[in-house]
Amino acid sequence: MATATIAEVAFKPRILVFSTHNISDPGIDLAGSRHLHYPATATTIAVPCSSGIRPSWILRALHNGIDGVFIASDGEECAYLPDCASRTAKLADAAQALMREQGIDPQRLRMAAVCSVCAEPFVKYMREFSAQLVEIGPVTA
Amino acid sequence: MTGPVDVQIGKPPEEGDGQRRIGVFICHCGGNISDYVDVAAVRDALKDEPGVVVAETTMFACSDGTQHDMIDQIREQGLDGLVVASCSPKLHQITFRGVSKRADLNPYAYTQVNIREQDSWAHGDDPDGATQKAINLVRAGIGRTRNSEPLVPLVVETTPATMVVGAGIAGMRAAIGLADTGLQVYLVEREPEVGGWAGRFGAMFPNDRSGREQIAALTEQVSRRSSITVLTGAQLVGKSGSFGNYEAVVEVAGDPPETIRATVGSIIIATGFDSYEPENGEFGYGIDGVLTLPEFKELVDAAGGGTLVHLGRPVRSIAYVYCVGSRQPGGNEYCSKFCCAATAHASILVSALDPQIRQFHLNRGVRTYGKYELMYTQARENGAVYMTYPDDTPPSVEQGRDGRLAVTTTDTLTGGREVTIPADLVVLVTGMVPRANTGLTDLLKLPVGDDGFYNEIHPKLRPVETVVDGVMVAGSCQGPKTATESVASGMAAVAQSAAILKKGVAELDPLVATVHVDDCTGCGECLTTCPYDAISTRDAGGRTVAEVSAAVCKGCGGCVPLCPTAALDLLGYTDAQMTAMIDSLVEVPVS
Repeated sequence: MATATIAEVAFKPRILVFSTHNISDPGIDLAGSRHLHYPATATTIAVPCSSGIRPSWILRALHNGIDGVFIASDGEECAYLPDCASRTAKLADAAQALMREQGIDPQRLRMAAVCSVCAEPFVKYMREFSAQLVEIGPVTA
Repeated sequence: MTGPVDVQIGKPPEEGDGQRRIGVFICHCGGNISDYVDVAAVRDALKDEPGVVVAETTMFACSDGTQHDMIDQIREQGLDGLVVASCSPKLHQITFRGVSKRADLNPYAYTQVNIREQDSWAHGDDPDGATQKAINLVRAGIGRTRNSEPLVPLVVETTPATMVVGAGIAGMRAAIGLADTGLQVYLVEREPEVGGWAGRFGAMFPNDRSGREQIAALTEQVSRRSSITVLTGAQLVGKSGSFGNYEAVVEVAGDPPETIRATVGSIIIATGFDSYEPENGEFGYGIDGVLTLPEFKELVDAAGGGTLVHLGRPVRSIAYVYCVGSRQPGGNEYCSKFCCAATAHASILVSALDPQIRQFHLNRGVRTYGKYELMYTQARENGAVYMTYPDDTPPSVEQGRDGRLAVTTTDTLTGGREVTIPADLVVLVTGMVPRANTGLTDLLKLPVGDDGFYNEIHPKLRPVETVVDGVMVAGSCQGPKTATESVASGMAAVAQSAAILKKGVAELDPLVATVHVDDCTGCGECLTTCPYDAISTRDAGGRTVAEVSAAVCKGCGGCVPLCPTAALDLLGYTDAQMTAMIDSLVEVPVS
């Protein structure tokens, strides 16, 4: 049991963040520009629009051993698609359905709108999600 | 000159030994990166990655010397891919795409990896973690470049014509500017007359020239230019085609209505604003003698240098209530910014009519910015009294038994004392609100901000362009502006329109959706997913498959996850590239 406890303490969940070039990625940049710290195990890949993320990419990351996937979506601000938020929500639902089928806790996928100046909210999301993933434990799928 | 022509998309890479030749440059950024990230360790971890031929660290990747060195290396080593790990792509992606181009390397085989804003600066508390993250990020960048396809910018021939929607002061001035650059212009106005708001007014600030006279002068200049077609009582009702070659459909009122079709390279939207219309009872609105700012302005203009009269009675005192419909939580939260200056100007005009008229300006802080400060000073020197009321205690307007108006306000400068001011006129200083233009907004897919005005791409760097290529916004449809500022943004749209149309051809980023014909079943699922109508069908050897118009596609990728057979890909973010990047984030991916 003692070993497990040490493992838990040492466990730094790996998070893949999907950001968007025009909205959330500048927000994440701003967090760095302001030297706000969040776990270094959170890594961002930017795409043009959050509604273009394939659920298979999310599943692939989780199968690879990424402990959680966070979609930093455009929300209502998306310059491309007026229904971006609902589109992104739908593909997140689709990904969670696949996760359930494959025995992966759907809480390992989170989504929130991150605006181009949302540095503090982003950092808060990362810290919270990381803490939540510590509770859930390492992905084993 | 109609229809997109010569749209080219790159071919997949040549089949050789399948091995790419990639150069990787990892930047110290002085110490901005290397103080936290062990850049040498990053290089050592990645120098033997498949396809990596050159792996170097550099003090400043963006310096002129390093750029030359990169070009030399690309040429000498025959590189076909480039990865620079430095700052955010917002800063230097364009720099290193330029380096690639100058070295005859396909610029879309270049990947910018952000190890500063998204690594060293964010993880100064965890250097080991930051170094490991940099290794993963750069490996992902290499993966993306390794799976890149050589793409060429889309080239479309453009039509040298612009449609201006809205013939107010901004739209009219823009039409003249466009004509003078040699472009054909269609000036479309919904109302029966051109001129908009300015056409209704007498003396306007800052130079006291009459709005009506200025519009008359512009109308004369428009009529002298044969390349400008003015359509009044007209609305833009249809738009198809793509940037450089839009087919616009305009409906002109009449019996019967007439439909006009025009091919234009760009469209400038200058539809202006509406004045805020107070609710009945809002600050006494609805009572005789309670007027909005434009109603009052027309009354002052009507005095024509004589006596200021309302309902047959000379006006002896005026109370102005500022910020009506502006800066209201839950309502219009923004400041309309022109109204303080416009009211100071009206106050000066009133003093000129009769210096004995008493004027009280009940405000929430006066925002007569820039040179308009001089009008504020002059209004006060003329005897106008400015009193500031607290944000949470707005004035109230009542009508006494004698029919006279009385405004009760709290004056913050006299210790919050309540003051009641008798007044012949109460002017509600109303701001600008967005026009109800739902049809046009939907037709052009114009992005609308929280406040209901149209959004440009970037307020400073791309102040009149919208995300819809070739569609620009100008004037107060972007947000409250003075006439001066509206005309300036109209002229910015002229410059931008000329910049894109005078070359005769336009280059578009080729990072658009593409169809893998072999995987497409022609199910039609994707056809309704694109609000820009970029997806249609075509015949491919007897079978119906989806087709993406590269010139119309915005490159959002929103269609990609919706294809049941994964036959859609977004170039630059293909499944192969994204998968390679995701796999790079762990040491041993599953597959």
